Amino acid sequence: MDPIQSLIKELAVKHGRKRESLLPVLQGVVEQERYLSEHSMIEIARELDLPAAEVYGTATFYSFLEHRKMGRFIIRICKTISCSMKGKNQVLLAIQDMLKISTGETTPDGRFSLVETNCLGLCHKAPAMLINEEVYTDLTPEKVREILSDYMKK
Amino acid sequence: MAESYHLLKRADFIFRNENDWEEILTKTIKRTPQDIINELISSELKGRGGAGFPTGLKWKITAEAKSAEKYVICNADEGEPGTFKDREILSRVPYKVLTAMAVCAHIIGSKKGIIYLRGEYHSLKEALEKTISEFEYYCKKIKLDFSIEVFMGSGAYICGEETALFESLEGHRGEPRNKPPYPTIKGYMDKPTVINNVETLAHTFTIFKYGAKKFYDLGVQFSRGTKLFSVSGDTPKPGIYELELGMSLQDFVNEFGDGDTKAVQVGGASGFLVPRKKFQETAIGYQGKLTGISLPTGGSMMIYNSSRSMFNVLDNYLEFFREESCGQCTPCRVGCQQLLIGIKAVKRGERPAQYLDKLLKLTETMQLTAKCGLGQSVANSFASIVENFREEMIY
Repeated sequence: MDPIQSLIKELAVKHGRKRESLLPVLQGVVEQERYLSEHSMIEIARELDLPAAEVYGTATFYSFLEHRKMGRFIIRICKTISCSMKGKNQVLLAIQDMLKISTGETTPDGRFSLVETNCLGLCHKAPAMLINEEVYTDLTPEKVREILSDYMKK
Repeated sequence: MAESYHLLKRADFIFRNENDWEEILTKTIKRTPQDIINELISSELKGRGGAGFPTGLKWKITAEAKSAEKYVICNADEGEPGTFKDREILSRVPYKVLTAMAVCAHIIGSKKGIIYLRGEYHSLKEALEKTISEFEYYCKKIKLDFSIEVFMGSGAYICGEETALFESLEGHRGEPRNKPPYPTIKGYMDKPTVINNVETLAHTFTIFKYGAKKFYDLGVQFSRGTKLFSVSGDTPKPGIYELELGMSLQDFVNEFGDGDTKAVQVGGASGFLVPRKKFQETAIGYQGKLTGISLPTGGSMMIYNSSRSMFNVLDNYLEFFREESCGQCTPCRVGCQQLLIGIKAVKRGERPAQYLDKLLKLTETMQLTAKCGLGQSVANSFASIVENFREEMIY
């Protein structure tokens, strides 16, 4: 059994093998692997006795269930109106400049991925972003450079 | 209607720090279900997620539904742009929400509650689960058989729509179901379900504690009680404020605007944009939905000043809808895309200005034929922006 198969088995034991367990299982794999590979989706289908197309169809519906290989730190910057009004673009440029990648890309060393996301619910502290599950608000280009330098040391 | 407005009045119920939830819970569940439901009905509390269905009635119908299994679900999938009140409630006064869920469960005959928390709020999960385990410990002590689970969403705006939320909980794509049947009869796992917004539940705590009259005396006719408003955009005071319902938008702008407010988006991207000349005649509450006199809202109040291009605002909203449409029904899936392509074409001069009227017709079709609130409500922001700021769409 490869590590992914045993991870999926473990998750199926924890959450159960009913259809209602699909999302928690998918989330569990993403938490470990950072994304859902074709292999893991097929394994989940096998373990939960579902058509693989159903697993794929459900997984790809949700924006946090990535199905492309992502970096260790996923930066999600909010692009909705309040953040956009408060200088989200400058912050985004600062991140791109520092990591030398465009939106939607992952750094070659596999550490950072950068994506834009819809409303994070932090409109009063805009602009805002998530790095994995960590929340950062009231961003400026200077502030974001500081935050990223800390992450680069991790 | 002018006489029914009142001045902007602040209130402090939701975030008032009260350490007596154990007492409120014990006291409330000793009352008969009928008595509690009557109290909720007489408070005239309506759902605070935006749709405004009477809460007492929802609990009553579910209580009367015959089923061995029922559910209480707290909708914490707060995704409307400009809304951020539920996160604060769950992090500052979670026990009020849990108490309300337990009382609801007791009334309708349910043993299981679920909090559907949006993926973006993952950072709240740990603390919330800790509070839940303390809460459940107390429930056991008073022999109340009720447990609550936190279910994480994974980043999909549509899952805030109640039937899409059930689909998501059941392990499917978050695609809305046809209504009826309504959740009160056939909800999660096809069982009778009460699904309430986080804020609605928190208000029922206020009612259990202070009585229906206290709540009813706040606000105006058809819009009773207080409401949390999430204020953002061009304002010197961004944040969350608890205000009585029924104030005029002018008063709101006087208090929260920066002196140069050009328009306010009431109710987020799916709500209405009100231009300066209509501030005086617009009230915030539930009555007269869609009439332009009194606007319902889930709490989002986004303020725009003269420096903002309304084209950019609409462009941003449509981009949002295009990405968040679940894609299940054609009017919404194709409509959102075409509206976005359409306004860009007009702006670039590839289409004549009259093309905007065709797009307005399209939003009418979406309003009539889209399966759920997402596709239907695109018409609200689109029409109110295009009609009031037509020149900004063209030049």
